[in-house]
Amino acid sequence: MSAQAATAGLAGEEEATPRGQGSDGPAPVRIVVAYGFWIFLLSDIIMFSALFATYAVLSGQTARGPSGHDLFELRHVGIETVCLLFSSYTCGLGVLAIERRRLTFFYVSFALTFALGATFLGLELSEFVGLVARGAGPSRSAFLSAFFSLVGLHGAHVTAGLLWLGFMVAQTAARGPRDFVRRRLLCFSLFWHALDIIWVALLTLVYLMGAR
Amino acid sequence: MEQQASSTDQAPGVGDPEHSGSLATYTAGLGFALLLTGASFMVSQTDLLWPPGVPAGLAVLAIAQMGVHLVFFLHIGTGPDNTNNVLALAFGLLVVTLIVSGSLWIMAHLNANMMPASAVMEMQR
Repeated sequence: MSAQAATAGLAGEEEATPRGQGSDGPAPVRIVVAYGFWIFLLSDIIMFSALFATYAVLSGQTARGPSGHDLFELRHVGIETVCLLFSSYTCGLGVLAIERRRLTFFYVSFALTFALGATFLGLELSEFVGLVARGAGPSRSAFLSAFFSLVGLHGAHVTAGLLWLGFMVAQTAARGPRDFVRRRLLCFSLFWHALDIIWVALLTLVYLMGAR
Repeated sequence: MEQQASSTDQAPGVGDPEHSGSLATYTAGLGFALLLTGASFMVSQTDLLWPPGVPAGLAVLAIAQMGVHLVFFLHIGTGPDNTNNVLALAFGLLVVTLIVSGSLWIMAHLNANMMPASAVMEMQR
């Protein structure tokens, strides 16, 4: 930027150009799309924060029912966390692969991402089914209502992510690694990484603090 | 060419084009994330920390891990081409902080000022 300005001899005026517009017109589509999707993700995180606040307020209101200490199995949760972390990693590798047009590597990475995400979801569903079977369903206490809404909303996001992943793999197979396909894959990877960030907060607040 | 790259903004999720071998970035991120998760589980399951300080310790580890995810996976950095992303993130964090701390604050006060259940029964009689 400064070198360009110096060659143009406009160093003083160039300083006043608002940052973000650059010196050569609007930003490329890929950057605009990813930025817009980043704003969507932040709004999604804000929605989650309302449920986090609800859970934090209600986590002690067990209505003489079971508390987190009685219900949570940390070994189970640990496996879920590792699945999610590795699926984020393989998702990142898949995006790197598609940028270099290495399709086989891309398919393998995304298949692993799908498998790990599905494992996470299966474990979470089995936890939910177990809780309901023990009479600790969402209607048992305010604590459990908040727990099922918060963890369930994250699970719903993971489910939507898996559907999107399958759709994107099909689209890549049908249309090849074109610009618009790679843009959508970039947005998908942002979504998947953001779900990981929410899971870290959820793991800490709900499970690790709740199981003590 | 290099001038061109630095004059445009950077998209979130797109690594620095100069270090396009960002396989190393992802691997480092995964390593840090696994370490921090392991530390969180250890802190919560053992008496390594002074017990009343455990929630604070867990919060610190969680914030650190979220930072690792932002930097290594989402590639949100401090470079000048990343200003827009960081500003959006800062605004998001502001709203999240207001919602969470405001809710906890208001509800704690309401709870403290609530009439005991026995008094409510008394009034309904």
